[in-house]
Amino acid sequence: MAATGSPILEVRDLVKHFPMTRGVLVRKQIGAIRAVDGVSFDLRRGETLGIVGESGCGKSTLAKLLMGLERPTSGSVRIKGREIADAKESELKRVRRTIQLVMQDPYTSLNPRMTVGDIVGEPYEIHPEAAPKGDRRRRVQALLELVGLNPDHISRYPHQFSGGQRQRIGIARGLALQPEILVCDEPVSALDVSIQAQVINLLARLQRELGLAYVFIAHDLSVVRHISDRVGVMYLGKMVELGRDAEIYGQPAHPYTQALLSAAPVPDPEGRERRRRIVLQGDPPSPASPPSGCRFRTRCWKAQEICAQQEPPLQLRPGTWHESACHFAEVYDAMRSF
Amino acid sequence: MTSTPPLPAWGTGGGENEPLLTVEDLHVEFTTRQGVVKAVNGVSYALRAGETLAVLGESGSGKSVTAQAIMGILDTPPARIPKGRVRFRGTDLLRLSEDARSQFRGRRISMIFQDALSALNPVFTVGSQIGEMFQVHQGVSRRDAERRAVELMDRVRIPGARQRLHDYPHQFSGGMRQRIMIAMAIALDPEVLIADEPTTALDVTVQAQIMELLAEVQRESGMGLILITHDLGVVADVADKIVVMYGGRVVENAPVHDVYRSPAHPYTRGLLESVPRIDRKGRELYAIAGMPPNLLDMPPGCAFAPRCPYRQDNCVTDPVPLYRIGATRGSACHYWREVLDGGHG
Ligand SMILES: Nc1ncnc2c1ncn2[C@@H]1O[C@H](COP(=O)(O)OP(=O)(O)OP(=O)(O)O)[C@@H](O)[C@H]1O
Ligand SMILES: Nc1ncnc2c1ncn2[C@@H]1O[C@H](COP(=O)(O)OP(=O)(O)OP(=O)(O)O)[C@@H](O)[C@H]1O
Ligand code: SF4
Ligand code: SF4
Ligand SMILES: [Mg+2]
Ligand SMILES: [Mg+2]
Repeated sequence: MAATGSPILEVRDLVKHFPMTRGVLVRKQIGAIRAVDGVSFDLRRGETLGIVGESGCGKSTLAKLLMGLERPTSGSVRIKGREIADAKESELKRVRRTIQLVMQDPYTSLNPRMTVGDIVGEPYEIHPEAAPKGDRRRRVQALLELVGLNPDHISRYPHQFSGGQRQRIGIARGLALQPEILVCDEPVSALDVSIQAQVINLLARLQRELGLAYVFIAHDLSVVRHISDRVGVMYLGKMVELGRDAEIYGQPAHPYTQALLSAAPVPDPEGRERRRRIVLQGDPPSPASPPSGCRFRTRCWKAQEICAQQEPPLQLRPGTWHESACHFAEVYDAMRSF
Repeated sequence: MTSTPPLPAWGTGGGENEPLLTVEDLHVEFTTRQGVVKAVNGVSYALRAGETLAVLGESGSGKSVTAQAIMGILDTPPARIPKGRVRFRGTDLLRLSEDARSQFRGRRISMIFQDALSALNPVFTVGSQIGEMFQVHQGVSRRDAERRAVELMDRVRIPGARQRLHDYPHQFSGGMRQRIMIAMAIALDPEVLIADEPTTALDVTVQAQIMELLAEVQRESGMGLILITHDLGVVADVADKIVVMYGGRVVENAPVHDVYRSPAHPYTRGLLESVPRIDRKGRELYAIAGMPPNLLDMPPGCAFAPRCPYRQDNCVTDPVPLYRIGATRGSACHYWREVLDGGHG
């Protein structure tokens, strides 16, 4: 999974606010849900960036922004140097040959009335220039084979497949246009453990064979660790820590990352009594009215006055080799607690 | 909280070491248009006071149906229980009238449902839904029920419980709603709590809060907990013993440390090897090939045979008993010795 060369995807200060309105006849904006609120990162060819964070922190919104499915409030998304934040629809369409999305739920994200062949080949209807009509069936069968499905099942319907097989269908469709980037939003969360392993192995193999870059979104920290080269941790619309997988999992510097890791269960009962656990109190605040300064301060055991007054930017901090957004960032040897 | 209810007049009651609850050779089938679905095919397990029993297994393996049979909430028809016992402190619940049975449900054996997030009624306030438990089961006044509801919401750490009594479910986050479901399930101090995937839909930080809460309730009241889950991490954290189900049967049962150290069934082994680990960077994951069995047409022999790397010719034909392989362990595999020894078949 070696990442090479210049970034294929560059995200800068990306913001998405959803307006909250009231009134039926005259709609008045009464506030905004700050779903994504200033996120920056790069992704290189062949690299996997994992994104983790709790429900509602803005992961799926980020995915849609990267795909151009949502328009950002501000900020920039460049794919191979091309800006898509304010691109015209026709321009976006061209860009989408480079970046594709695999969605969470294999049970609902496939149209039950379409055959597998129609589903996987649908991108060719939207981008007829990508494959000549006479060649499509052959290509779809090759895609099915690539993801480990029987190419003879091209005329079957989604309900005739298991959950893991349906997720493979979604991945095959995502690969139809030979993209260079695959954005995977919780691609294995709905699957049984044994099936999950099949899909993760498939994604890893496709990356080796096709040199794909992944943005891999999941709330399961173990799955993200398994597949990622670098990991970004999100909290309430912000990236609070970003680094190589060994840095995030081995030497997290942000209190939220530390809490998240210590709360993740380890499938090994040996020494469980000795494991140190940071159990966070309370729930994340509403993204409509995030706390001033550091957004984590309402649940942070290290919070000081400055945390309410100044927002800590995501940057390198003393004693660490990766970026974190905490005034009091301090490496914590996470491995000792496992 | 409240004092524990008196011991029952019926049943053997039992000493410290008697199991609180036993499931014995339970069978459940559903009549459907396609045929008879054999969902549970001879499940046995036992739970003692204060103990946490984890029930693991693939989707569709019969974990929830077994729990529904214990609770007595299966619709019959389409369900039928052709065979088996569910004993609570010695009394076989399956032989009781519905009236007698309802004395247990929610009171002495209680359950948190798999789709708990949708189980709260959206048109009633949270306070009235919790309070109703006390009004219906204990006949207390509305005012008292409300006071007890606040106590309970406090106990499950809903901040500002008194102020939030009159809020509706949609005004709470997923984690809070789950805590409210737990509050309702422990309201009447049950002796057994069945938690069916209580944290699957929740974030790890909320999950940690909820598991800690359940452990605390257990410490305080000696409640026995049956935890149904897919999550091998949660099981490793909290379980005392494990039952692994496959195709409606128990394929392995053992104390928690034994299962993780040396699984004795190929399915358990595959399952353990297929999880990515947070504490180490993995290589290729082991993936169990193939598909779960068709419950409409179960083979005479081992249901795992089509997917099993240890399979021999007799596996498909010879019925597999749950072999006793140690003082407190069992495995439903003819070749459990080979599996224990660790080689791949
Ligand atoms: N179209 C929309 N209109 C208004 N609010 C929205 C919209 N889409 C998302 N939100 C809000 O933005 C926030 C971020 O949502 P998002 O779906 O990105 O979270 P997520 O991190 O993907 O969560 P999960 O892990 O639950 O999938 C949430 O508060 C959500 O309610
Ligand atoms: N009312 C019903 N009619 C017919 N079949 C049913 C019914 N309820 C359950 N089943 C079947 O019984 C089997 C066992 O279901 P059960 O809900 O116990 O699985 P489970 O182990 O809890 O799975 P999961 O992990 O997905 O919750 C499944 O194959 C299911 O389809
Ligand atoms: S900036 Fe302050 S409140 Fe925020 S994580 Fe750091 S110590 Fe905690
Ligand atoms: S009985 Fe045979 S097929 Fe079944 S699990 Fe054991 S070795 Fe595998
Ligand atoms: Mg999402
Ligand atoms: Mg279930």
